[in-house]
Amino acid sequence: MEFSPSQLIFYLLSFIIIVSSIYVVTLKNIFHSAIFLILTLFSVAGIFILLGAEFLAVSQVLIYVGAVSVLMIFAIMLTSRLASKKIVQSNEQVTTAIFICAGFLLISLGSFANTVWRVNTEPLPENNIMTIGQLLMTDYVLPFEVVSIVLLAALIGAIVLSRKAGA
Amino acid sequence: MLQYLALAAILFAIGVFGVLTRRNAIGILMSLELMFNAVNINLVTFNKYVGGDVLAGQIFSLFVIVIAAAEAVVGLAIVLLLYRNWRGIDVDRINVMKW
Repeated sequence: MEFSPSQLIFYLLSFIIIVSSIYVVTLKNIFHSAIFLILTLFSVAGIFILLGAEFLAVSQVLIYVGAVSVLMIFAIMLTSRLASKKIVQSNEQVTTAIFICAGFLLISLGSFANTVWRVNTEPLPENNIMTIGQLLMTDYVLPFEVVSIVLLAALIGAIVLSRKAGA
Repeated sequence: MLQYLALAAILFAIGVFGVLTRRNAIGILMSLELMFNAVNINLVTFNKYVGGDVLAGQIFSLFVIVIAAAEAVVGLAIVLLLYRNWRGIDVDRINVMKW
């Protein structure tokens, strides 16, 4: 069986993604889970590049790998007592959860295989970032503004929640 | 195209498993991030192979990333508040809002 380079990279990346995401949900030490989460998010950025979404890959690295993971690690360290090895990190629903996930996976994979996709062969625009910028300022300007208000609300909400009462 | 969809489905299933079995509230938030990433892979794949509108899928997944960041910020603030008031973030113990 002959693989093209992009296929080889895809299989390598998806192997890393699947193994490290299993580590994220099963490791006992929550700090190690956070490190594997960073690895997973980085490999997903690689998948975005394979799919021709360079701008999305860059924002994935900036926002997820740069900001969200650091936030997670900060929260883990502030609640550090729970990171010790003795605490069991999973509850008694493990068997049920495995069955639910396997069922979901079987149903979705079966429906992917049995659907006739209307595959579009026309290529994406060459200048990805420029097109995204133009679309954000023209067609998608209303969701863009709404999202900025959501970010402001999240900022204020986090400050209000986490300050000490009466301060 | 099917391989990307399969990867996204596997990632989403692992995320669901994490949300269902984790005790630690931060672990649940991390599994949620996995699920968001699976959805993003799906959106970008459909944008490349099936999409009719130019780059609509990529812009939508950009919005998903932004909303996920906002969700992580508010969720972790709530987790810190829980830790301050309950001396722990084990979600099995935090059941005052269960009827």
